[in-house]
Amino acid sequence: MLLREVEYARPASVEEAVRLLSEHDGARALAGGQTLINVMKARAASPDVLIDLNRLDELKGIDLSSDGTVSIGAMVTYSELMASAEARARPILGEVSAQIADVQVRNRGTIGGNVCSNDPTNHLPPLMVALGATMHITGQNGDRTVPADEFFLGVYMTAAGPGELLTKITVPPGKSDGFASVTIGRDGTCIVNAAASVNGRARVALGCVDAVPVVLEADGADGVREAVRNANLDPPSDVHASADYRRHLAEVVAARAVQQAEGKR
Amino acid sequence: MDAKVTVNGQTYERDVEPRKLLIHFLRDDLDLTGSHIGCDTGNCGACSVLVDGVLVKSCMMLAVQADGATIETVEGLAQDGELNTLQQSFSDHHALQCGYCTPGMLMSATALLRDNAHPSEDEIRKGIQGNICRCTGYVNIVEAIRAASA
Repeated sequence: MLLREVEYARPASVEEAVRLLSEHDGARALAGGQTLINVMKARAASPDVLIDLNRLDELKGIDLSSDGTVSIGAMVTYSELMASAEARARPILGEVSAQIADVQVRNRGTIGGNVCSNDPTNHLPPLMVALGATMHITGQNGDRTVPADEFFLGVYMTAAGPGELLTKITVPPGKSDGFASVTIGRDGTCIVNAAASVNGRARVALGCVDAVPVVLEADGADGVREAVRNANLDPPSDVHASADYRRHLAEVVAARAVQQAEGKR
Repeated sequence: MDAKVTVNGQTYERDVEPRKLLIHFLRDDLDLTGSHIGCDTGNCGACSVLVDGVLVKSCMMLAVQADGATIETVEGLAQDGELNTLQQSFSDHHALQCGYCTPGMLMSATALLRDNAHPSEDEIRKGIQGNICRCTGYVNIVEAIRAASA
């Protein structure tokens, strides 16, 4: 497919990238491109300028601090997360990355692109919310941080506004985490997914059932099932699952995620 | 924009529009038509190539993004007119029928075997997960890759 005509810029620094994003109304950051290039083919998005982040080393790299916090550059790919010794401090990061699409997509797709596109069927928005991650955003007015549960604002919308850039995500220490999903084919698009982290109570974030991850806290798998039932979910119906079936699956995957998390204590 | 790439050992320098996808650049500008366009939606993997040693679907990357890169395509596998071990194994095991997916399958298998010289059947299946074949049912493809790794 021939894309609509587009300008292309390859900034040499995050500062330059932010300046370019602020200067052009129709500018979009190009991360791994595994979503953006396809929606450009379909003309569902038609940016005037692409600001390519792929050569910005500032946005790459995974660090593990002495207190166990994992710091992940926005342009880290799923494959890099899977292979990283530092990311293994929070094993669920690599485990979920390995469930995203296929080798080729994992080699180019990035953690920053996944959360910033905020497609409700993506894996990482609910995961970041369940883990209590912190999103680091930079813009012309400086840097700020946003907790993951305040980052996702709506379908395809996040707290990283026009002219801003997500630079990294920090994930606090922990290991008692789980993730479960029902997908269209193995490692395909999620019909429903749930991420859980247990630290005393279970903190669960459900994906695919609303515009943004739905957060619940409960005790144990049975408690979580009840919490999902009481959440009055109003998920979409489509060719893959009716709303009723999604509600049922939400209960099932939430319980599975919590059981998985409890098994790692 | 100027893009300079090395494909299968040969260097090319071309002026390309930023909107041009890498697969179109390879096929239309460089006349390397071995890599195929199957779905153009990122699903099928027929356009898979190696960019700086990394397996990618070339329909989800702009040609200008490959500026300075070393690219390997299916045309680079055979040496002096002789099929390499993997290609020969695909032939020996009837791992293709219509052959449309084969260039992508070969590149994914190439990447897999470089990473993991002796993959299990599960690892092979996971390695070619991004490549769709509508003819074979995959059994002979998996068998061909397994035999090539032995």
